[in-house]
Parts: sequence; structure tokens; C-alpha cells
Amino acid sequence: MELLSMALAAILINNVVLTQFLGICPFLGVSKSAKSAVGMGLAVIFVIFGASLLTFALYKLVLVPFGIEYMQLISFILVIAAFVQFTEMFIKKYSASLYKSLGIYLPLITTNCVVLFVAQDNITQNYNLIETIVNSISVPAGFMLVLVLFSCLRERLDSADTTSSWKGNPVALVVAALMALAFSGLAGIV
Amino acid sequence: MWQNFKNGFIKENPVFGLYLGLCSSLAISTSLNNAIGMGMCVTIVLICSNILVSAIRKITPDEIRIPVYIVIIATLVSIVEMVVHAFMPELYNSLGVFLGLIVVNCIILGRAEAFASKNPIGASAIDGLGMGLGYTFALVLISVVRELIATGGISFYNPFDATQILFGFSIEALAPYTISLFSGSVGAFLTFSCFAALFAWIKQHSAKKEKEAKK
Repeated sequence: MELLSMALAAILINNVVLTQFLGICPFLGVSKSAKSAVGMGLAVIFVIFGASLLTFALYKLVLVPFGIEYMQLISFILVIAAFVQFTEMFIKKYSASLYKSLGIYLPLITTNCVVLFVAQDNITQNYNLIETIVNSISVPAGFMLVLVLFSCLRERLDSADTTSSWKGNPVALVVAALMALAFSGLAGIV
Repeated sequence: MWQNFKNGFIKENPVFGLYLGLCSSLAISTSLNNAIGMGMCVTIVLICSNILVSAIRKITPDEIRIPVYIVIIATLVSIVEMVVHAFMPELYNSLGVFLGLIVVNCIILGRAEAFASKNPIGASAIDGLGMGLGYTFALVLISVVRELIATGGISFYNPFDATQILFGFSIEALAPYTISLFSGSVGAFLTFSCFAALFAWIKQHSAKKEKEAKK
């Protein structure tokens, strides 16, 4: 039950994009069509889940026993970069069609701040293994939810008649503000 | 060289023009203090990383350049994080997780890849300074608007000693009309979109002028 409320809180209430401002770059960049938003969302869930488990193991098994916790930032970002690279190579080899549709988004995930944030959050919140697993699935699930919703709105927005200086990103950010307002209404449910 | 420096402010402003480094600029811009503190940290990291990347640009193998850049940036950010933690604890607390997340700030990796890896050390350092100040400028703009609307005043304290207020004012007439929503995410998105539209307008306007001048 506690885990369930933790997952709900991570997806809806403390949503990474709308309340914590993480992963805004892909949120604006990859939300032009609903199809690519779904692909990006799934890729992010997979990468965050894998990278969080790896960094969790690295922290507990290497950094703490040797007393070098100050290397956390450097080692984590290296693990994430390497993991993204491996995922890319793996998908390229085994599923050409998936690679084609994800191709350009995969390398971008390295600089998606949500990945590094979740890896560090698991350590600073002192989560155990099960809590880490729940956290590192539900946080990117929240990212995917907002990304897909936002991309559907943007497809409609493209055909709307906006003033030239507001066209594109500025008006999309106004929509994001309204979404943030809507999500803040969910604050009391857990 | 002056052009390199100036580009970072309006035309190629990393935040409003290129939409880089959005996460931190939305999250940190709640008060003028955070904006200036974060801007300075990013500028320092950006200058140092540009210098280092440019210095080793001839001996870096092309295939592994991105990991090399990431290690350089992560090292610099770790150093800055420790210094801020030691000497400016107030700032460290209010920046929180975003100080470490400078590593994945697209501006820094973007400039290393797009500018420093192809240009000599001096020009790279100037480019880093220009881009860093452009980022700080954008943060200050957003944070001034948000702080004014959310609290009805602005205060700026010494980052080394939080009890010493360097300057501050509050507008009495605004006090009954403050909107606390602006300190949260809604205000951040709204303020940002207004500035982005303004910058787009300036860009279109100057492009039109240039076209007319050519005729």
C-alpha cells in the first residue's frame, strides 16, 4: 500500500515535468507528434529503470565500501552514458524497425536530466532496493503520461491560428502552464 | 570576438533563443538570489569546460569525444558543488539538486560540441563567458518578474553571509495583489512563454529591418 501511494505520488503529484521542471528539453522537443512521444516515453522508462539499478548497485557495492562517495556525480553520469550507448547498440542489432523510430532520441536521453535526477534521488532518499525499483519506474511513467498528453494537445495547437511571435514553443509553454495548473489540483488525493 | 560575446545575449540567447537549459532556468528562477547564484556557477563551469575542451581538441579521438566532454564537465561541476557547499551553504540549500544537474545542462555540452571543439582557447573562453552571461541574464529577467509578482518586492543578500542584505525593496501598492501561484510551476511556464514570445518578436523585427536595408 505504501509502495502504491509512493508510485501515485511520483506519477501525478510530484510529476517530474510539471512540478519539478526536469526533462523540459525533450518535453518540448519530442512532443510534436503523439507517436514519437510514446516511443520516447518507453525509451526513457527503460533507460531510467536500467540506469537506476546499475547506479544503485554501484553506490552500495563500490562507492560506500571504498569511502569515495564524492565520486558519485562523475561515476553516475558515466554509467548512464555507457548504458545509453549499449542500449542503442543492442536495439540497432536486434530490432531495426524500433531503432529507426527511436534512433535520434536515444543519444538525447544521456542529457535528459530526469535520468541523473532519479539515480541521485534514490541515493539521497535512502531507498532500499524495492523502493528504488518502484521509484525508477513510476517517475519516468509520469514523464511519459505528461509527454503523451502534451503531444496530443500540440497536434491540435499546430492548426490553430496564433500570432507569428507566439507560434511554436511560446504558445506550447502556455499550454504547459495550464497543464501544471490542472495537475496541481490532484495534490490532495494521496 | 566582440560579436561572439554579444551573440549570447539577444540573438542566440541560449535560453530564449535556442531553448537550451530550460529545466534549471524554470526551476531556479524563483528569486533573484538563486538566479544570480546559479548563473555564476554555470558561467564558471562553462568557461572552464570550454577552455579544457579547446585545449585538448587536437588529441581527442573523434569516436569518444562525448564521454570525454562529459567527464570534464562532471569533474568541474563536482568541484563547484563542493566549493558552494563549503562557502555558501544558504545558496547550496536553495539550489538543491539542480547544482549537480548542471552536468546535464544542454548549454555546456552543446557549446563544447558546437564551438570549443573547433576553435582556439581564447575564442572558446570568450564564447563561454558570453553564453554564461546570456544564461544569467535570462534567469535574472524571469526571476525578477516572478519574485515581484509572487512577493511584491525584491531582495538580494550576500551569498557568503545570508544575514547581510545587500539591497532590497518592496512596493507597498503591490502587496495586496501578489499572486503566490507565480512562485510555483504555473508562473514559471507563463513568465517564460511571455519572454520567449518577446524574444521571437525582437528577432523577427530585426530580420525584417535587415531585409529592408538590403533593398
